[in-house]
Amino acid sequence: MRCVSNAEGMLSADGVLGGNPLFYFIYNAVAHIAPCWLSYLISGLVIMLILINAVLLGAAVVSWGERRLLGRFQNRVGPNRWGPFGAFQPIADLAKLITKEDIVPYGADKLAFTAVPIIMVAAVLLGTAVLPFAKDVALVDLNVGVLFVLAVSSLTSIAIFTAGWASNNRYALFGAGRAVAVLLSYEVPVVLSLLGVVMVAGSMSLGDIVAAQAVPFFLVQPLAFFVFIAGMSAELNRTPFDVAEAESEIIAGYHTEYSGIKFALIQAAEFGGVLVVSGLIATLFLAGWAGPAADWLGWLWFLIKVFIGIFLFVWIRSTYPRLRLDQIMAVCWKFLMPLSIINLVAVVLEVFFLRDANGSLSTADLWIMAGINIVLAGGSILFFGRFIKEKVRTEAPTAAATNQVVPGVSTIGMR
Amino acid sequence: MWFEHLVFWALSVVAIGGALGVVLVRDLFRASLMLAMAFVAVGGLFVMMNAEFLAVVQILIYVGAIAVLFIFAVMLTRDVQQGNTPNRLQIPAAVVSALVLAAMIATAVTTDWTTLAGAGLEAKAQLAQTQAVGIPDAADLTNAGLTPAEVASVSSGGLADLLIGNFVLPFEAVSLLLLGAAIGGLALARGRGR
Repeated sequence: MRCVSNAEGMLSADGVLGGNPLFYFIYNAVAHIAPCWLSYLISGLVIMLILINAVLLGAAVVSWGERRLLGRFQNRVGPNRWGPFGAFQPIADLAKLITKEDIVPYGADKLAFTAVPIIMVAAVLLGTAVLPFAKDVALVDLNVGVLFVLAVSSLTSIAIFTAGWASNNRYALFGAGRAVAVLLSYEVPVVLSLLGVVMVAGSMSLGDIVAAQAVPFFLVQPLAFFVFIAGMSAELNRTPFDVAEAESEIIAGYHTEYSGIKFALIQAAEFGGVLVVSGLIATLFLAGWAGPAADWLGWLWFLIKVFIGIFLFVWIRSTYPRLRLDQIMAVCWKFLMPLSIINLVAVVLEVFFLRDANGSLSTADLWIMAGINIVLAGGSILFFGRFIKEKVRTEAPTAAATNQVVPGVSTIGMR
Repeated sequence: MWFEHLVFWALSVVAIGGALGVVLVRDLFRASLMLAMAFVAVGGLFVMMNAEFLAVVQILIYVGAIAVLFIFAVMLTRDVQQGNTPNRLQIPAAVVSALVLAAMIATAVTTDWTTLAGAGLEAKAQLAQTQAVGIPDAADLTNAGLTPAEVASVSSGGLADLLIGNFVLPFEAVSLLLLGAAIGGLALARGRGR
């Protein structure tokens, strides 16, 4: 304990790592044999090493699990050659990708091209910094945790755009343009849906949000849950919304030109993104580490809920076909946007009328909110679903219609 | 303490280097990436001053939105690799930016940075300031002897109170500016003929 109590102000209680019990444990253990500044550095590096490896290993597990599950959904086997149930498949993939040639295309902006995979992985890793893995175990419990996650995830859009631009490839640029358009649009309903969560919890810190969930928020705010999952599928470029890397149209989108270890890093960032977003869903809507014997088994409940989130994403991916870009925009602005606004208004009114003098909500209040909001969610999803219905052509086009000149596609000189 | 100095200098070098890169690099796309880098470094400086909210909002808005819009605009520009050709407006531009810089430095130096209400609170907050590394947060204020009620009035939501209270007019003026910019962008995009 001799280092913590020194007067140099190196470890004040509000320091970035100061509130972390694991940090204190390593710090005090190392401080017996090393000077204070060195043990400060070592314990910080150890925690970073643990987190980075957890996310990268988790990404490998997600990639294997996704392929196995997709196989089951599509009535085939999936990877099953190496290890139990093919569990070592990610290692084989990684070995293959590392030994491949690392190509930087002719005419590419080399510096920006190389920076992209690093930025993408860094953005995903930063997102884990505020996730509470168990009771009081988070790298740092920021009082603006929700905003932090949003800010960090917005770094991805700049990385994707740089990838498209620096590749010197038309398809990559198309993919990047599509990806950024989708990212910017879906940011709006996602943030609006999180606003309701923050309002009920009364705090933006993820730890406080977990503590506030006497009733899990996916019951209290089903609309926000729905909008968040849909919006996050879009932000992660997953299948119903994956026009950015639609392989039947534009090869692989923004990472067309990437190969070798850079491609491996981009894939790690994508699967790690699924992992982090599932962690966010578990924390924000499924009550995080809360459960029976949460003091000891909190990590287990958290992991189970994370895997529920991952399963949801794979399920969505295997169920829905890819949308066109205009359909994606329609879903965002005509469907998710009004839903998130309805959720926000409903939550504001309910919190205003149900809260007590201290501004806090009891468990009974949360159940009342859940009852109202579930009915509201069903009704508004049915109502606004009508606006995004495609008009299905029931009869075959007539001869007259096929001979018509299609307006807007007229050839030069016809006007 | 030396560790914090190290981080501070690293962030400052990146911020200033990025800002210099914005004006010196010829390739417009790289210049806008430099701009994003400078924004992130400034966000890091905010974190060092215990202003996490400002830091996060800095990254969310400047990097996540404004830099992306810059890059969009750059993509729609011709001659990205060459950059702008030099013109006669360089000297006036230099004069104006020097004046703005001087005004900002003068404001930063002359401003009384203790914006807390009440003289007693001010003294205590200054005590907290001397104990803390940067802007005092709730724990520093409690250590300096403020009661919980005083801490609440000073730290939590102080920025929101100022934005919606004392500074509501500039706040709204800025939003009017944004509206003007949006309408101007629409007018430019529509073109003259239609």
